Amino acid sequence: MEIDDTDRRIINALQSGFPLSSRPFAEAGARLGLSEAELIARLAALKAAGIITRFGPFLDAAAMGGAFCLCAMEIPEAQLDTMADIVNDFDEVAHNYARDHRLNMWFVLATETPDEIGETASRIEDATGLPVYQFPKLKEFFVGFRVAA
Amino acid sequence: MSLSPGDRALIEICQAGLPLVPEPYAVIASQLGTDAAHVQARLEALMGQGIIRRIGVAPNHYKLGMVANGMTVWDIDDDQAEELGALVGAMDDVTHCYLRPRHRPLWPYNLFAMLHGADREEVEAKRARLKGLLGDAVRASDVLYSTRILKKTGLRLAKKGVA
Repeated sequence: MEIDDTDRRIINALQSGFPLSSRPFAEAGARLGLSEAELIARLAALKAAGIITRFGPFLDAAAMGGAFCLCAMEIPEAQLDTMADIVNDFDEVAHNYARDHRLNMWFVLATETPDEIGETASRIEDATGLPVYQFPKLKEFFVGFRVAA
Repeated sequence: MSLSPGDRALIEICQAGLPLVPEPYAVIASQLGTDAAHVQARLEALMGQGIIRRIGVAPNHYKLGMVANGMTVWDIDDDQAEELGALVGAMDDVTHCYLRPRHRPLWPYNLFAMLHGADREEVEAKRARLKGLLGDAVRASDVLYSTRILKKTGLRLAKKGVA
């Protein structure tokens, strides 16, 4: 699917601030110069094509009692796949990226309680024989979710 | 923060996304056995509490051609980190911005800012702008590009708590 300027305007405008009203697509569409039906149809097409992955409320999971922690490991390059399998096997590992640094594996731990972060990190250290460096967020600077399409 | 059973049910239904119909809150309300006004009021309250951060679309960076993502990291004096972090977070190009602990000597950086771009050149240009903004406060910096996604599962609400 090729997106056009209208799709881009929709993506840029609707990253936050979707109206909480009885006809929200009509209201949001009016701001974009689109009819309710056209906005709905375009969002459905963007979603079907995977250009938007989700449309709806986004939760601050930490505010709901869960705990999260960015972690990193230094894995010998030849063992990266093997170690990734071991680390990914932990349900607490929410996502995991290889990055080009001495610390070459970066993942997020998501647990129900803060204590479980440290416990899970220890279990990963036991399973891999390698240190897990924890990078909990000390402060978050809020950004406006303005990924320009 | 604990959720009432009603709010939890509402959030569980919303996790699939809002229905793409003219009256989405009425559809959700019918599934919960309540009315649209109540759903709208609860969503507004949950936003006020910070449990819902925003209502809108999540764009897929890759499908939009933003295939390069660089985690830029900066060693900023602790006394200036909060003030400069707020400035960095306010820049249009930055999608996430956090203060995190250092792990010296391996890791001297305390400010993390995520940048996206069509290619590494674009990310480097954005990084240069950040560097200009931070100026003399930067003692050291680096950028880590993702080379591969090893695992990606969304953060979802589990049966109890958060998975």
